[in-house]
Amino acid sequence: MTATRTRRLAPLGRPELYTSYRQDMALLNTRSKMLGALGVLVVAALMPLMVSDNLLLILASGLVLAIGAIGLNLVTGYAGQVSLGHAFFVGVGAYTAAAMAGDPDGRYLGLGIDFMPLWLLGAGLVAALCGAVVAPLATRLRGLYLAIVTLGLVFIGQYFFFEWDELTGGSQVGRDAAKPVLLGIEFTADYGFKGGWTEEQKLYWLFLAVLVIAALVARNIARSRVGRAFSAIRDRDVAAGVMGVNLTRYKIIAFTISSFYAGIAGALMFSASGHFTPESFNLLLSVQFIAIVLIGGVATISGTIMGAMLIALLPRIASELPAFVPFLSTSASEHPNIFDFEQIMYGVLIVAFLLFEPRGLFGIWHRVRTYWKSYPFSY
Amino acid sequence: MTQLLGAVAGGIGVGSIYALLALGFVIIYKSMGVISFAQPAFLLAGTVLVTYLSPEIGFFPALVVGSVAIAGVALVVERVAIRPMVGKAVFVIAIITIGIDIIVRIVSGMFVGSDQRTVRDPWGLDAWEVGGVYVEQRDLAAFAVTTVLVLALFAFFRWTPIGLAMRASALDQEAAMAQGVNVGTVFAVSWALAGALATVAGVFAAAGRTVDQNHWHIALLALPVIILGGLDSLGGAVLGGLVIGITQQVVTTYHRDWFPGLDTNIGSITPYLVMLVVLLVRPYGLFGTREVERV
Repeated sequence: MTATRTRRLAPLGRPELYTSYRQDMALLNTRSKMLGALGVLVVAALMPLMVSDNLLLILASGLVLAIGAIGLNLVTGYAGQVSLGHAFFVGVGAYTAAAMAGDPDGRYLGLGIDFMPLWLLGAGLVAALCGAVVAPLATRLRGLYLAIVTLGLVFIGQYFFFEWDELTGGSQVGRDAAKPVLLGIEFTADYGFKGGWTEEQKLYWLFLAVLVIAALVARNIARSRVGRAFSAIRDRDVAAGVMGVNLTRYKIIAFTISSFYAGIAGALMFSASGHFTPESFNLLLSVQFIAIVLIGGVATISGTIMGAMLIALLPRIASELPAFVPFLSTSASEHPNIFDFEQIMYGVLIVAFLLFEPRGLFGIWHRVRTYWKSYPFSY
Repeated sequence: MTQLLGAVAGGIGVGSIYALLALGFVIIYKSMGVISFAQPAFLLAGTVLVTYLSPEIGFFPALVVGSVAIAGVALVVERVAIRPMVGKAVFVIAIITIGIDIIVRIVSGMFVGSDQRTVRDPWGLDAWEVGGVYVEQRDLAAFAVTTVLVLALFAFFRWTPIGLAMRASALDQEAAMAQGVNVGTVFAVSWALAGALATVAGVFAAAGRTVDQNHWHIALLALPVIILGGLDSLGGAVLGGLVIGITQQVVTTYHRDWFPGLDTNIGSITPYLVMLVVLLVRPYGLFGTREVERV
């Protein structure tokens, strides 16, 4: 075997020339992708210095939603297993983190582990364990049966969250979320008034860092052997089985990884508000994640992040609307109000994207890119 | 013993409502191969509409007008959002119905308002005492109406041309089309039927209580019913509805004795737990056809 050195990038002037399969499959396989990713990352990292804290908080919540939605996209988008039970795993993660970081002498279950990476990983692992327990049931079912069972999981999970009040604080009461503290930095403490970083800025950077890691890992899973097995199962599970893909094993892997992401997202989701109740983990949360995946683009990581940002910004967009649409009310007791509008938009966006752009925001971006890439030719 | 019989009587009432809802799910599934997650929205929309109509024209006329109106809404929804998707992956259509569900549900939820709304049914909480067992009239009414509707449906599928066309296209869509069946009409009729059934179910579920924005939750409890009965079995839907209804009501009644440690009544999630057990044993439900995979 001759040792041919494959260059990591295509030669200058011939950006489309790939000389090896490895090059073609690389994470950033074109120069413009490399520069683009770098640019987006820089802009995202500098965002806290540019925008107001209110908007920053919304963007930060979008980053956390993106982490959870990437998980759902792995199981639903890449592996084709429709799960309506994502909210349950998010809940498991949130309570694990809260219990691990919680005060041992407090009213509710707490282990007093302050080290953030530990409870973050713990939340992911416990959620992943729940995913692995549910998965064998899920692997026996296909398509719509699976969707219904995972929907049942949300209700069963909520029952246990209501019932186990040493852990959860019980219905309508709730408990404090885990406080992110790392290397002496309290992310939820506000030092804006004495010239330091504000709470929103620090949380945003923390979430951004976690999201970048999560997205990179997910992208690498998707382009590896496991990811290809997922796609094979999604496209035709019988054919995948014939080709030697172990269906049960890879479905369990898909659910486990997806639940891990959900757990991480759950652990961080309530850091900003500091308190949460079992009511949060309802069917609407699951539908929200489904909406993110569909709006962003099925089986794309970058699309999922775009979708999460759009969904996170929806309440803000809705609150700006009464200025333009006079019949919308800002009061919750009058109808139609902005909260109704916000929820209806989930439905409208899901239906509109599925009817007109099934590939989601990523598909729109893809079309724009192709247009300019091949300009002035139409293809 | 009287407690058990009372629970069973209540369960028959709840079960009838589940059966109606499950029939709606099954009819759509048989015609399109899709579970419509929009049923909860039609249930809420129909019930809210009847609460507005009932004081004006009386309970029974309101029930009929409401059902027909929601059947019309379902027709429009099917034509606008579902028909363009025919031929796409089942999962995609199911998700679209979730989107429709959100839109219709929130819009009809706006009309619930802050006043207490009731459907003004003639029964309320009145009960007859039969040998020491209290049987609520609304449960009997629900059962009677369900029986009539189920018989009418079976007659419809057996003797009317469109009913036969629906059965034919459920059996083999392409063969039915080759015989001149208009499959589009079949889709439309199945959605209209499901919308009307959801309305009737919602109104009887609201008998004797007030309607709130969470009234649609009961429609999701019919999902375990169709799992139990099998997605494509009309008889299974009726039987499954009664089984789930009675089980739930019995568990609710005996919750204190059986699970003294649990504060919240476990009856609320019993249908889902039954569903899990059934699916572990039989992945295609009790009466569902096992999917035969052609490679």
